[in-house]
Amino acid sequence: MNASSISKVSGRGIPVRGNDIDTDRIIPARYMKAITFAGLGKYAFIDERLDEKGNKKGHPFDDPRFAGASILIGNKNFGCGSSREHAPQALRDWGITAVIAESFAEIFAGNCTAMGIPVVTVSEADAVALAEAVEAAPATEIAIDLKAERITAGAKSFSCAAPHAYRNALLDGSWDSTGSLLEGAEEIKRTASRIPYLNHFQTA
Amino acid sequence: MGKNLLNRVWDLHKVRTLASGQDQLFIGLHLVHEVTSPQAFQMLADRKLPVLHPERTFATVDHIVPTASQHRPFTDTMAEDMLGALEKNTKKHGIKFFDLASNNQGIVHVIGPELGLTQPGMTIACGDSHTSTHGAFGAIAFGIGTSQIRDVLASQCMAISRPKVRKINVFGKRKPGIYAKDIILKIIASLGVNGGIGYAYEYAGEAISALSMEERMTICNMSIEGGARVGYVNPDETTFEYIKGRDFAPKGEEFDRAVAFWRSTASDPDATFDDVYDLDVSSLEPMVTWGINPGQAIGVSDHFPRLSDLPLEYREVAHRAYEHMGFSEGQTIKGQKIDVAFIGSCTNSRISDLREAAKIVKGKKVAKSVRALVVPGSMRIANQAKSEGLDEIFREAGFDWRGAGCSMCLAMNPDKLNGREICASSSNRNFIGRQGSPTGRTLLMSPAMVASAAIAGEVVDVRARL
Repeated sequence: MNASSISKVSGRGIPVRGNDIDTDRIIPARYMKAITFAGLGKYAFIDERLDEKGNKKGHPFDDPRFAGASILIGNKNFGCGSSREHAPQALRDWGITAVIAESFAEIFAGNCTAMGIPVVTVSEADAVALAEAVEAAPATEIAIDLKAERITAGAKSFSCAAPHAYRNALLDGSWDSTGSLLEGAEEIKRTASRIPYLNHFQTA
Repeated sequence: MGKNLLNRVWDLHKVRTLASGQDQLFIGLHLVHEVTSPQAFQMLADRKLPVLHPERTFATVDHIVPTASQHRPFTDTMAEDMLGALEKNTKKHGIKFFDLASNNQGIVHVIGPELGLTQPGMTIACGDSHTSTHGAFGAIAFGIGTSQIRDVLASQCMAISRPKVRKINVFGKRKPGIYAKDIILKIIASLGVNGGIGYAYEYAGEAISALSMEERMTICNMSIEGGARVGYVNPDETTFEYIKGRDFAPKGEEFDRAVAFWRSTASDPDATFDDVYDLDVSSLEPMVTWGINPGQAIGVSDHFPRLSDLPLEYREVAHRAYEHMGFSEGQTIKGQKIDVAFIGSCTNSRISDLREAAKIVKGKKVAKSVRALVVPGSMRIANQAKSEGLDEIFREAGFDWRGAGCSMCLAMNPDKLNGREICASSSNRNFIGRQGSPTGRTLLMSPAMVASAAIAGEVVDVRARL
């Protein structure tokens, strides 16, 4: 299956402040009891949003100013912890199409990329500036240009970065990697034939 | 200049460079469990793709199994559905499934090594971040998400960039009462929960060589808590001795050839690294976490950090941690009352963990206010423990003795905290809500420290109870 090229993502922003926001916080394990990813959006950040009695605690995901926003703005080490793809799946189901942060946990960044969700990093100062811009004017249109590695937010412009392989995979449409991996069928066989433990340890 | 193990194993498994610039890496062993795989099997079905190497793929059920009674069908119908899906998918694709009827079921990162599936020089993937555990054998083992599980099922490969390697040189002789768990908590506290992003950690040095395989697994298991997706220890005689005779281990002459290969994968004495970090464990204390990530850990007699003493970037999370935990700056952890004591998880549920904990509790009673449970990592460990009478020691002391599973580490099953309960836990994550209650609180520590806390009803220094 060929994925489509993703070079530009735009939409309104939603800041979720804090370092080390782990995937248990993005979606607690008890909501992963399912055999599909359908409908996970309503559980995104659920324990951060509601108290024990079900009252809203004032999380950005419940803030009407950010309703319909699609670009999440985070801080350091966003998505750390569990490898659960349920976390980016929940964010996407809620409406998130890209994440901007100071840094990302590796497995989370890989999961997002494999789903076609760009994750780009900005400096600490720019993460703060972007969050403040969005909080001051939630209607601000944010645009991420992956090719140019620029983010615009209204009249402001910021540089951003993404690991080159992730950026390339999104730009050339190979982020859904199954197809390109299978294209290497002959090389896969050749590799397997030289790996000792697949050949009774009889390879050279 | 010499080569390190990561680069050597990577080169052996590299299929080609993809257009994106990532490497296509062959995965020698794929482990599958019920939580992160059903969607991947569905994606395969949607694309009408087969599993390329079902004989290199093995499954078990661990996250959702109840540990009090494992009779089917489970009371929890969603858990039953997830197990049903795994049964159906493994049967359809001819994948070996170590299910509850097999006597080999257990936490995926416990049974891989136990069955001899995990071997040096392999690449291993599993849809679970604690896959780094298998690095204890000198394998390169990754936690992956569901889309990547799909990739590995379909192509036995994944698209991934080669990490840098940081050698963590651990030296000094640890004192009695100091365990592998304390070493890894100290490493994470020192390098930070995001210090390992972009790196694989090579754990080396005399203090690592001296560890048993089970202790090495505890260390590698928590690599991801320091941000390193991969952690490994170079294979040595301890490794080979552990593997010998296990179900899936090579036998006879093949074993000798295997050892030669395994030995050849280790980092060269003059291997180069992208970074080196030294840690002296001779004065290490039992470590306990005080916050909401595994890097927020201190020695049992240390004082909690003052916000003003912390680097700016740590303050916000520390503030949040004090708020959630109900702790204050400057206090100590000793004497902190606990409600629950949990011995289990892929970090610390192996036979040596249970033996150490049993030594502490033998002939004593769990404090009246404490709910205590022991959850062996696998059916085999449970049976081994029973044959040694450990289950009786725990039961007599007032612990619940359970069946194998992930249990209260992540509470996808009936074992969870209630309300603001505070749990002394041998698991790997103290994230907010991790143990099933959004307001619940977790103190990570070694199994022996958990056992001591269970008896005392509060956090104590295990060294005083040995």
